[in-house]
Amino acid sequence: MSALDSIAVQAEYETGNVVPLLHEIRHALERLLNGEDGAVIDMRSLPLAPGEEKRIEDALGKGEVHADLDALGPTTILETSYPGVWLITHRNTEGEVIGRFIEVTRFPSILESQPEDIRTGLTALGNRLAEDSA
Amino acid sequence: MRKDQNLGEYLRTQGVSRRGFLKFCSATASLMALPPSAVAQVAEALASARRPSVIWLSFQECTGCTESLTRSHAPTVESLIFDAISLDYHHTLQVASGEGAEEARHAAMEENDGEYLLVVDGSIPLGNPGYSTIAGISNLDMLKDTAKGAAAVIAVGTCAAFGGIPQAFPNPTGAVSVSDIITDKPIINVSGCPPIPVVITGVLAHFLTFGTIPELDHLGRPTAFFGQTIHDRCYRRPFYERGQFAHTFDDEGARKGWCLYELGCKGPTSYNACATVKWNEGTSFPIGSGHGCLGCSEPGFWDHGSFYKPISAGLWGSKETLLGAAAAGAALGIGSAMAARARKKKAIKESEADSS
Repeated sequence: MSALDSIAVQAEYETGNVVPLLHEIRHALERLLNGEDGAVIDMRSLPLAPGEEKRIEDALGKGEVHADLDALGPTTILETSYPGVWLITHRNTEGEVIGRFIEVTRFPSILESQPEDIRTGLTALGNRLAEDSA
Repeated sequence: MRKDQNLGEYLRTQGVSRRGFLKFCSATASLMALPPSAVAQVAEALASARRPSVIWLSFQECTGCTESLTRSHAPTVESLIFDAISLDYHHTLQVASGEGAEEARHAAMEENDGEYLLVVDGSIPLGNPGYSTIAGISNLDMLKDTAKGAAAVIAVGTCAAFGGIPQAFPNPTGAVSVSDIITDKPIINVSGCPPIPVVITGVLAHFLTFGTIPELDHLGRPTAFFGQTIHDRCYRRPFYERGQFAHTFDDEGARKGWCLYELGCKGPTSYNACATVKWNEGTSFPIGSGHGCLGCSEPGFWDHGSFYKPISAGLWGSKETLLGAAAAGAALGIGSAMAARARKKKAIKESEADSS
């Protein structure tokens, strides 16, 4: 145990923002189910006490889908234990968090293949086949 | 990045996929404190953004503002934003010096007349031109000369925005802010000692994205970052509402993380984004570490009495302080905004008289 660990700090931090956030997510889920737009919540915009972000994560839990994206650094996309609620964490190439969002949607758009990338891939595939047949 | 390329083209040449670009836009929108729904708009605008020329002038400053920015999380978002601007002059960072550096500044001014962005950190001394010079040019002359052809000016740090520490009583150099000198250009004040790095890049990103200056408050600060007080967004606010305060830095309240108001926290009167954006890659901010806010983003913060007395003790010093200072024949600790303003006006008048 380090000297710092021996300091008796009893954190009682709580902004009271965790439960309202869960209600906000519940309302967004209801809208999504009714065919309306869901919601994107920027975690950076919320005043959260130390430990509250973890409490939100714990409250949301983990669901069936876990995807990793490698574009300008890693991104993790987790479906929480509540289907339709996704936790998306963008990191830079040094692994530092540059954005954290809760997305209420059927499928996070960041996972979709983009037309520009499909076009580039199509060209690359065409070139490869041309080379192979040459 | 070539000058004829837009940002979208540049990123594709760097092997950045559209998906990566959208990720960059999400982080940039978050950086600019825009709602996540604005990501598509940011993506469209950023993809066609041209590379603006930026001239950065450092006057009476400690280089803390530049340090804050260059030591922020270096890769990805910030570096891409920096790749997307053409930083044509920054005497601390550039390799060139002396006449070579000044030639680069003049070349950038000529080539981008009316379109370049001027960033200034540090206050401007009016007391004596020799107090602060660059390549033998006084700060005042360099600012006036460079601001002429600028599209907008960003005053980075409390010194450039409001005079800052150089202007603190007794203001020996006659320090003034950028807006005391330049009155015919849009000025964005990004105050803080130093400012939060992502706030600096957020303002640059806004200019890059929309080609306009963001919405500003009555002190010329972007409302996206300075629209609410530290107190409004502080996680310790519930303790304030319940009247639970730390009275010393080691009492039970301090250990339990209660409100630091009675220990001098200036959060209720300080507008900044520290409580949400935080520092050191979003790790913490002063209140998170158990120390009250100093109010460093506010005008005259250094002269607002003790950092360790509550705001209710009086921003301009208690009666006892004023009387004590008067009796001692020194105005130590008074430093009111009015007095600071009077000193500034006097310095400007004297400077104008000298130059006429």
